[in-house]
Amino acid sequence: MQTVNDAEEQLKFDQRIIDEQKIEPTDWMPDDYRKNLIRQMSQHAHSEVIGMQPEGNWITRAPTLRRKAVLLSKVQDEGGHGLYLYSATESLGITRSKLIELLQTGVAKYASIFNYPTLTWADMGAIGWLVDGAAIVNQISLQRTSYGPYARAMIRICKEESFHQRQGYEIMTVLAKGSVEQKEMAQDAMNRNWWPSLMMFGPHDSDSAHSGKSMKWKIKRQSNDYLRQKFIDQTVPQIEALGLEMPDPELKWNEDRGHYDSGEINWEEFYQVINGSGPCNYQRLKHHKKAHKDGEWVRTAVRAYQEKQTAKNQTNVA
Amino acid sequence: MNDKQQNTIRFLIGLGDDSVVLSHRLSEWCSNAPYLEEDIALSNIALDYIGRARMFYQYAVELEGNKRTEDDIAYLRNERQYTNLLIHELPINDFAFTMVRQYFLDVFYCEYLKLLCDSSDEQISAIANKAVKESRYHLKRSQPWITQLAEGTSESKERIQLALDELENFVGEMFLMEDWELMLVDSGIAVDRKNLEANWNSEVQAFLNKSEMCFPDSQLQIRGGRNGIHTEHLGHMLSEMQYIQRSMPGLEW
Ligand SMILES: [Fe+2]
Ligand SMILES: [Fe+2]
Repeated sequence: MQTVNDAEEQLKFDQRIIDEQKIEPTDWMPDDYRKNLIRQMSQHAHSEVIGMQPEGNWITRAPTLRRKAVLLSKVQDEGGHGLYLYSATESLGITRSKLIELLQTGVAKYASIFNYPTLTWADMGAIGWLVDGAAIVNQISLQRTSYGPYARAMIRICKEESFHQRQGYEIMTVLAKGSVEQKEMAQDAMNRNWWPSLMMFGPHDSDSAHSGKSMKWKIKRQSNDYLRQKFIDQTVPQIEALGLEMPDPELKWNEDRGHYDSGEINWEEFYQVINGSGPCNYQRLKHHKKAHKDGEWVRTAVRAYQEKQTAKNQTNVA
Repeated sequence: MNDKQQNTIRFLIGLGDDSVVLSHRLSEWCSNAPYLEEDIALSNIALDYIGRARMFYQYAVELEGNKRTEDDIAYLRNERQYTNLLIHELPINDFAFTMVRQYFLDVFYCEYLKLLCDSSDEQISAIANKAVKESRYHLKRSQPWITQLAEGTSESKERIQLALDELENFVGEMFLMEDWELMLVDSGIAVDRKNLEANWNSEVQAFLNKSEMCFPDSQLQIRGGRNGIHTEHLGHMLSEMQYIQRSMPGLEW
């Protein structure tokens, strides 16, 4: 029930959003704003963490020591992003263990791109280049999001993302200039990852369930279609530079629009993967649950140890 | 190339192998650890060891006259040519095993690398200088883990005990010297690991005793790593690690 006080606070809140002021954890905020943020930020955190798996799949098979070090530090960064984002989300009054429970029970989502398999080494190139590339476009936009801790997390994360994209593009460059076999591998990985990367921006603006409110509250600053177009426009010249064939025959420069035109995304596949039936949905969650369960005895031991220490200290004091 | 140079290369490759193999094992934890913080921390340690391996191999390559690359050394030798000490190659098992092994190695490397800083070979000394700082940091992390797990629950204590049991026969090899390595000790390049054994034992025992655990002084010691006699585990690791280089040889990556 909205009290008079709440109504006043609401007005103040609305004004602060209009004035581009950041909302901080201890500030008053509407329940829906909080819920919306928890949904979006935890989804983002989970994406970082689940995203460690498809790339983790190649750490032990990386072809050179340098590539292995770069890939491992990239995946490690993603874990770090997960950590910042979990703690930023915790500032909204929810615990990390609750967030993990929501992930493992399928209530919370993560980016559906990570439900596709990484079949060859070239996927490490394509993911860094395309997936991190798409993430950067989205995250740069989110640096101006209205919730302070989220905006600051994005600024910090973006600094590392450009290294991720560069290492991916570099892998692609080497493959695209390499043997016939390597070039095929690069083409194949790009073809497979192209559409899922475009899907990362979400449904068309006209079909986006959460966009309206998110835009009004300035959680989201630019629309799905706008950001997707931006990504396409910046990526097509890179495909050309690599000398690869376009993954979509309809990708053509449109002089009038000043943008690249592109083919239609397979939305049926998009919703299928989001709703849990992508090629790796089951595997990714199973992996996460297994690691969590395997670590249960460690976490229990740590708690037991801490309790014993506290008890000891209390007797010492007494 | 004289004996000393040849032995130095052999020495460097052995140290590189130790690091490459351990880093591979540690990297297997990525996305599988009990805490997200541990995914990150174990990856960090793995990265330090990859860095070490590369420095040792690169120097070996230089001494060989750049006839091959660091990746040729890592990816194109088979299990009989790898010369790591066996403790590095054992599978990660559970978190207790990984941490006990790490603790053992951290104690070892802190001492070993400290002495190696005084190597008459400047490059080896420089590598040791960098690496010893890393190992001191690793030890600061592995020690409290052993304490917490040894004094946590009965399950965690039992797991630590199992790890100690499994590792007991692989410790002796860390202090075993070959004749060729002793020749390098004489010329001031290498360190006699045998001399570290007593201190290592007393430090580890004293530390474990604080948590009411003990490490049996085993008479049976499995050895052979430096001569390419490994556990069965290494071959599987290498077939995974070397898969791309072996199936598509001679390419740039
Ligand atoms: Fe990230
Ligand atoms: Fe990234």
